[in-house]
Amino acid sequence: MAEEVKLFRTWSSGYALRIVWALKLKGIEYETIFEDLTNKSPSLLQYNPIHGKVPVLVHDGKPVCESLVILEYVDETWKHNPLLPQDPYEKSMARFWANFGDDKLMKSIWQLFIAREKDQDVAAVEALENLKLVEEQLKGKKFFHGETIGYLDLAFGWFADFVSILEEIMSLKLVDGERFPHLSSWIQHFMDAPVIRDCWPPRDKMIIKYQVMREKYLAAATPK
Amino acid sequence: MAKDDVKLIGAWPSPFVNRAQIALNIKSVKYEFLEEKFGSKSELLLKSNPVHKKIPVMIHNDQPICESLVIVEYIDEVWSSGPSILPSDPYDRATGRFWAAYIDDKLFPAIRGIGTADGEEAKKAAIEPVIEGLAYLEEEFIKSSKGKNFFGGDKIGYLDIAFGSFLGWIRVTEKMNSVKLIDESKTPNLFKWAEKFCADNSVKDVIPDTDKLSEFAKVLMAKLRNPQN
Repeated sequence: MAEEVKLFRTWSSGYALRIVWALKLKGIEYETIFEDLTNKSPSLLQYNPIHGKVPVLVHDGKPVCESLVILEYVDETWKHNPLLPQDPYEKSMARFWANFGDDKLMKSIWQLFIAREKDQDVAAVEALENLKLVEEQLKGKKFFHGETIGYLDLAFGWFADFVSILEEIMSLKLVDGERFPHLSSWIQHFMDAPVIRDCWPPRDKMIIKYQVMREKYLAAATPK
Repeated sequence: MAKDDVKLIGAWPSPFVNRAQIALNIKSVKYEFLEEKFGSKSELLLKSNPVHKKIPVMIHNDQPICESLVIVEYIDEVWSSGPSILPSDPYDRATGRFWAAYIDDKLFPAIRGIGTADGEEAKKAAIEPVIEGLAYLEEEFIKSSKGKNFFGGDKIGYLDIAFGSFLGWIRVTEKMNSVKLIDESKTPNLFKWAEKFCADNSVKDVIPDTDKLSEFAKVLMAKLRNPQN
């Protein structure tokens, strides 16, 4: 019996891209449902009643929510081309750093992105500290997973694209090759990897989207 | 084969530390508990978890593992011959992980919110999301227990540990705010589960007694209000 796999996503969500890449790496056929989060479909609300967010993977009618949970589900269900390391310690490290990426790195990059000019220096300190920690993790490796792309690369994938968008909008260099040689190199390898590169959302659309978002935040922060 | 050397850096009131303790007990793993002094961080903690400087940290043969749920999964994978903690089916594992993330991201902060709410109106507002969250978990319990005692079925599993570790603090919150959170009439399954969970051999010496935890909570609140004291 043919498996039925559906992925609910938006055109721009970095979280959803994790699953797009994972399914591609595993060679899984699936149906894409694009959502407009300002007008959520009844299906999305039915499959993810708690959060109403994307991505949601629906496998033979059963929904899986939360992108990192979905990544592990995909890896455990389709066991070829493993995404997570086999060794329990290496696996725990991958999970630890994926959580760090979502909890600390993402928040600090975002705080920098929406900081007013006078607050940018302070916001940059934390972002740079977090980037240094990630840089350390890449020493001696082409990808976080080693020679090939794995779970942690997919978890950090949003970052590879968002960095250049932030740098363009803010006219600053965040990940420069001198301070972050491993991270810069990872970004290049990851952005260009065959499985990854055809999935990026249109850059011009992303620039506009994030520019508008940034302007809204800056306007809200400005005292009247 | 070299004997396993297992240390756990933690503190008795921490539900996150309790998770690791329960998991180690389920697997009958002997470990050394290194109690952190309240208000200070040991050299070993700072060295073992330089990124977050938080407990719990499990050190297994000199390798540190951080983050309570990461630790629980690690314990399950390393001591694979012991009773299993995560279910074997990928969908059930995903469901457990989803609810564990919900508990950490939404439910526990909401429970803490009751304790820090100022005034009756604020308290009432803070209680609502907790009641809602517990209602979701009541439903999930019915689905995943399939009529047995625990989320994990016949024995304690991952979601039992993830959620059950907060029972001490839930009871303290109920006592100090005169509110019923796990209510026998509204969440009868969770009510029964809570008693069975806390009585389990792997749990009973881990979840702190409500009175002892209440005393600690008062000290903690006082310190949060006057950090310089």
